[in-house]
Amino acid sequence: MTEMSGAKAIIKALEKQKVDVIFGILGGAVLSIYDHFRNSEIRHILCRHEQGAAHAAEGYARASGKPGVCMATSGPGATNLVTGIANAYMDSVPIIAITGQVPTTSKNTTYMIGRDSFQEADIVGITTPITKYNYQLKSAAEIPGTVKKAFHIATTGRPGPVLIDVPKNLQTEVAEMNFSNKIRIKGYKPKTNPHPLQIDRAVKLLITAEKPIILSGGGVIISNASHELLKTAETLIAPVATSFMGKGSVPENHPLSVGSIGMHGNPAANKLLCEADVVLAVGTRFSDRSTGTIDTFCSKAQKIHIDIDAAEIGKNIEVNVPIVADAKKALREINHRLIIQLKNRKESSWANRVKETKQQLNKPPNKSESNLKPKAILHELRKILPNDAIVATEVGQNQMWSALYFNILKPRTFISSGGLGTMGFGFPASIGAKVACPNRPVVDIAGDGSFRMTEQELATSVTEDIPVIVIVLNNSVLGMVAQWQRFFFKGRYAAVKLGSSPDFVKLAEAYGAQGLRATSLKEFKKAVKQALKSDVTTVIDIPISEEENVVPMVLPGCGIGEQVGDY
Amino acid sequence: MQNSTKVIAAIVENKPGVLHSIANMFRRRGYNIESITVGHTEKKGLARMTITLNGDNKTIEQVVKQMNKLIDVVKVSYLEKENIVTRELALVKIKVIDAKTRSDAINCVEVFRGRVVDVSPETLTVEITGTSDKIDAFVNLMRTYGIMELARTGLTALSRGVKSIRIID
Ligand SMILES: Cc1ncc(C[n+]2csc(CCOP(=O)(O)OP(=O)(O)O)c2C)c(N)n1
Ligand SMILES: [Mg+2]
Repeated sequence: MTEMSGAKAIIKALEKQKVDVIFGILGGAVLSIYDHFRNSEIRHILCRHEQGAAHAAEGYARASGKPGVCMATSGPGATNLVTGIANAYMDSVPIIAITGQVPTTSKNTTYMIGRDSFQEADIVGITTPITKYNYQLKSAAEIPGTVKKAFHIATTGRPGPVLIDVPKNLQTEVAEMNFSNKIRIKGYKPKTNPHPLQIDRAVKLLITAEKPIILSGGGVIISNASHELLKTAETLIAPVATSFMGKGSVPENHPLSVGSIGMHGNPAANKLLCEADVVLAVGTRFSDRSTGTIDTFCSKAQKIHIDIDAAEIGKNIEVNVPIVADAKKALREINHRLIIQLKNRKESSWANRVKETKQQLNKPPNKSESNLKPKAILHELRKILPNDAIVATEVGQNQMWSALYFNILKPRTFISSGGLGTMGFGFPASIGAKVACPNRPVVDIAGDGSFRMTEQELATSVTEDIPVIVIVLNNSVLGMVAQWQRFFFKGRYAAVKLGSSPDFVKLAEAYGAQGLRATSLKEFKKAVKQALKSDVTTVIDIPISEEENVVPMVLPGCGIGEQVGDY
Repeated sequence: MQNSTKVIAAIVENKPGVLHSIANMFRRRGYNIESITVGHTEKKGLARMTITLNGDNKTIEQVVKQMNKLIDVVKVSYLEKENIVTRELALVKIKVIDAKTRSDAINCVEVFRGRVVDVSPETLTVEITGTSDKIDAFVNLMRTYGIMELARTGLTALSRGVKSIRIID
């Protein structure tokens, strides 16, 4: 037990969790905490908007597998974090948000919280539906235990954001702090071991399957189960389709990988999923964007569903074999049993069908130097970037083109806002990823509209010396929305034209970053190579046609087998 | 399975914000609470919540799972109607204009095994416990006299026999 102030205890508790970096913006209600960064090894990265801080914390977490931490002052600081917290919640990413709050008591009143004090916002109430859990501290002595619990909850089971709201007076309150107490949370005991009976049933089903397919979700990446998943696929000689969030859970250049499924999924993945007789779905929540119409989704198949979150099983899709467990543990068990029973399995006609479907449906890009097409751009980018480069995306066409045409080869190298679809996520997330992996290139594949939403973080990346590469697929339009207006509103455009403002090259330069423009594939390749060599953030502006569509597409109200347009 | 009223019991942490997070989850996911009762349990720091809601089996299964997911919910169970004892309490204030109606009303109260807990020259306040159906019937009957005020607790329930929702430390 040692006596110290609440502010000091927060920093100390974070150090005990091995936090090495915090993204944040200070303000009146967190001044005391910030005062203690002086004496700490923890690096504080001053962002230019709290949304950027939350996304950066998420990018850090997704790239590293460790929890990311962000901090903001009370009121507007806290509410600015909300989009970032919601994003982390939807994509099950462990981030810890620490917010200042108005004091519980002060000299002239007995209670400040609840009196609409200056910069008071009920951030606990606001974030209840978008956090895995949240706390408002009532006394300084609670700090060590609460921080420990927050990290435990955020990182175990199905991960997610946890917020700790710290009233200002508790930061200066001195109390006896106990950092070695064991924590106990009565209502929280995530189940990680699979039920042996369900494993039996799954194995039986898989062995008799003639056309098995694996659907790999984000949970496989979270649980670091890529190796086990690929081994299982190889034992079964089953193709692996991924959800959007599962992209990168298997190397997309592997012969059994067929790409991601869904509205803008790879047609081979969508088609093979429809033909399969047994689906082994792992760590995926069958979101509407993945499944298309539910009643036609894998209607011929028996389904095995592994998920650590029991509530995901049966939520959107009825399954035959439910397995509530950690993906890695369950897959290890399953593969172990399959290997014994499927020794010397020969390639079946299904394996040929997989090859043939891929060949038929995945055409390489047409290379036209003058007419810059996203597919060709992304193919070139893949060739230039090393396999372990981290790629983030913004939201819209840029994101779906990346999903379709940019092969991800390693887990945790694809960082994109899947569940919430947050424009402006990718750039600050790449800053966070770069902090986590400073020796690897980090690239944000951006749309012009999205980039404008958090572009102020260029200042963060330049002043904090965190060089990333932003590739703006600049169609001068809110492209995805324009596409929907073309497809579903007879081409009546409303409020989608962005025009040519700003000039992204000059914008980058104004921030002290490098700005490059590429108007041909050749220039593009040159620009990327130059950016990779540069030790400052580079924005590469690539003008593309504003009429470009993302196809193939599953139209709303259709099954994923009914895509329109060619890959 | 058809929609019908289902009973869920939960042991929850007895601290601020718990009711909010549970109610919020119900609202967000579009589940409709019919009634909710909360009170202390035999263990310090834990409260018991009885929730009734209308839905089919699949919905109830999801509700139980979603409740289980909440960190402050320590344990939650769906209670099958056949295996539980349910009770509700109501206080009913009725108008009695003369001695005849008063004695008539008191007769009804006795038939329903209710208790008169307060009287005034023009009113009679009755406490009645029982299943929700019994209370519905009583309340309907009292309408003929004129109900001035009605307060119902909502349903609470326990499993029959040795089966129980207990938290073992
Ligand atoms: C914060 C936010 N606001 C609005 C939307 C709706 N929306 C989805 S895609 C899109 C257009 C994105 O434009 P841009 O970043 O230029 O990407 P493009 O589709 O042109 O590649 C919009 C407005 C969103 N996803 N997120
Ligand atoms: Mg655009």
